[in-house]
Amino acid sequence: MNELISNLSLGFGVAASMQNLGLAFMGCLVGTLIGVLPGVGPIATIAMLLPITFGLDPVGALIMLAGIYYGAQYGGSTTAILVNIPGEATSVVTTLDGHQMARQGRAGVALGIAAIGSFFAGTVATVIIAALGAPLTKLALIFGPAEYFSLMVMGLVFAVVLARGSILKAVSMIFLGVLLSTVGTDLETGQERMTFGLQFLTDGIDFAVLAMGVFGVAEILRNLENTETRDVVRQAIGRLLPNRDDFRQAGPSVVRGTFIGAILGILPGNGAVLGPFASYTIEKKIAKDPSRFGRGAIEGVAGPESANNAGAQTSFIPLLTLGIPPNAVMALMVGAMTIHGIVPGPQVMTRNPDLFWGMIASMWIGNLMLLIINLPMVGMWVRLLKVPYHLMFPAILMFCCIGIYSINSLPTDVMFIGVFGLLGYLLIKFGFEPAPLLLGFVLGKLLEENLRRALILSRGSLETFIDRPVSAGLLLVAIVLLALALLPSIRKGRDEVFTE
Amino acid sequence: MKKIAIALAAGLGLAVAADAQAQGNYPQRPITMVVPFAAGGPTDVIARIVGEHMSHTLGQQIVVENVAGAGGTTGITRASQAQPDGYTIMMGHMGTHGAAPALYPNLKYDPAKDFAPVGLAAGTPILIVARKDFPANDLKGFVEYMKTNGDKVNMAHAGVGSVSHMTGIFFNSVIKAKPTMVSYSGTGPALNDLMGNTVDFMTDQIVNVAPQIQGGNIKAFAIATPVRSPVLPNVPTTKEAGLDGYEVSAWNAVFAPKGTSPEIVKKLNDALVKALADENTKKRLLDLGGVIPSDAERSPEALQKLVETEVARWTPVLKAAGTKAQ
Repeated sequence: MNELISNLSLGFGVAASMQNLGLAFMGCLVGTLIGVLPGVGPIATIAMLLPITFGLDPVGALIMLAGIYYGAQYGGSTTAILVNIPGEATSVVTTLDGHQMARQGRAGVALGIAAIGSFFAGTVATVIIAALGAPLTKLALIFGPAEYFSLMVMGLVFAVVLARGSILKAVSMIFLGVLLSTVGTDLETGQERMTFGLQFLTDGIDFAVLAMGVFGVAEILRNLENTETRDVVRQAIGRLLPNRDDFRQAGPSVVRGTFIGAILGILPGNGAVLGPFASYTIEKKIAKDPSRFGRGAIEGVAGPESANNAGAQTSFIPLLTLGIPPNAVMALMVGAMTIHGIVPGPQVMTRNPDLFWGMIASMWIGNLMLLIINLPMVGMWVRLLKVPYHLMFPAILMFCCIGIYSINSLPTDVMFIGVFGLLGYLLIKFGFEPAPLLLGFVLGKLLEENLRRALILSRGSLETFIDRPVSAGLLLVAIVLLALALLPSIRKGRDEVFTE
Repeated sequence: MKKIAIALAAGLGLAVAADAQAQGNYPQRPITMVVPFAAGGPTDVIARIVGEHMSHTLGQQIVVENVAGAGGTTGITRASQAQPDGYTIMMGHMGTHGAAPALYPNLKYDPAKDFAPVGLAAGTPILIVARKDFPANDLKGFVEYMKTNGDKVNMAHAGVGSVSHMTGIFFNSVIKAKPTMVSYSGTGPALNDLMGNTVDFMTDQIVNVAPQIQGGNIKAFAIATPVRSPVLPNVPTTKEAGLDGYEVSAWNAVFAPKGTSPEIVKKLNDALVKALADENTKKRLLDLGGVIPSDAERSPEALQKLVETEVARWTPVLKAAGTKAQ
């Protein structure tokens, strides 16, 4: 305990220097502003801004990059709430209730609770990293391919619960998502699958392209045909910040979301993606009146947003304690560290204690700054909704195009958001939900990779999934969840509640 | 206040001077360096370190553009078709300019014919590493073990066409073993499972594995270079460990599109050579475990030769293993 306090005070000593405070603030601000552009998620933001850190000392540079990461992550939620475009996989769920709240004139409340929930989650996650980071690393190593596969199966069951319409439609959307995820080069053999010989499909479909199409562009198409809905967004602005009732309602969701997100964030291979989905599922399951979900329930924003931020934070654990990046953003952080002459690895903690503890302390400072930056900006974002839609939608479209082009510099990506936009529009017209499609897409890749990896390792024996206790446990949970969803009586209730 | 004014005036003067010098002279605007991999990987890091110093020499910023995809061939294809005016150059590597013709039958460029080679930047040595409780303790023991239990052993790699994949296939062909290949999407997840004892061994670049070796999370059997690395002085070379014919580094080199004028190539090569001679740049590359090319290896001609020998070396190895990515 004493050691922890002395370590943390070392960390705060480093992070609270004038220069590092300034860098943390700059990072958070730039990250937020760029992250708000649709499609420009944390990866693209950090990659673009990497060169500006070259002149800094390593600790300052990493503090700034981490700030950009949280900022962009948070900025992504802002677009999800305001214009229904998830910047990345973790903010898909935020669109469900967040954007509904915005349509009801509660955009300020949604943004406010997202900021406050994220701050709480960030604070708890920082303490978890400082106190338990090293022992929790073992959790990441327990998760082999078999465990991962079972976790993804559980995630797919969550997707069923996400849907607002019929179960059948939700399941078919999930399968379509999984199918889309198999486009591209086969991981084991290198064969191309379903690419029709087109070069830009060789590496599969980019998540951002799909998300921006089926959410963003489709949403614009729908708004353009329907004048009423967009007037709703424009006229009623309502309160800017959550009031006591909102806090009472959202508080427990924030706490639950934080812990779910924190645990899933530690897992390698993008486990953090599941956090917001899991949190949403749980909130909806335990809510007294689940029918409010998908129609602007504040818990549906508070829980997933907290989970999102907690996961973003704890995904630093494998990076800081092992030097192993659990996802693409962290891989970029590894690159940033190596460019600055620090090769990340298990020795960073002992060899560069100022860096290690400075970064941990800066996480909390960064979260505080995000709150300071974002609460006053809520008013500004909300006022953005007042902009007439005929000015707004070309701007959104343009930012989507710029954003998507900045990720891979591929013109075909820009064309594809149009294609997926049309697809998304048709799906909405026929009453299919895009959220389960995206979840299927995100999980599909991990599901397939880990299934095949596990089977190669077990030389084809399926028993590996039940021989390994963690994997067996996860599968069991999945089966129970599925049974609950399919039990006739529950399903009947569900249909009543969810059919619009 | 006066100081600031003087500094400003000096800065302006310098800017004007630089501008005048640049007139009618390459380069007059920023140069794009296409890195065909995601930001943060070994090739990207080397490109940024070398590019930073080259920018100083050239007097224009070198902007790194990451165009990832299809084992690096997407970015190289694009850059090879750019205007050969010296404003688009690229960082190619062992895969894109050595193994790609064997891996990608529909490759849209010929590594030996469609480029104006500029020069070799830096290489990262390959190490043979295994999970820490693997039954063998040195390379000899490992090769012995593979002879009798080869089919039970799992080898991890970072995806078809990745450096760890190619060097892994090469290693297997040298020791004549056939372990089960397990594919990961990137080095990170592969190392995670190596440390979690899920897979048995892999071959990968020093910058990726050195921290885990130093931290005792995995063990290294040998480094595939003629001399030991100062980063890992205790790890023997393959030759010292008794294995001949397995010496491999993931080299990275700067190329310009075919048709770039020799004067521009010379300027770029001079800047690259200067960067490699700079103590600070050198130190940063060495800290990563990188190998700096010798003086003789730094010329465009030497690079052209390297590309030709590399294509000739990888093609039979990969073809024999039946690997292709398309």
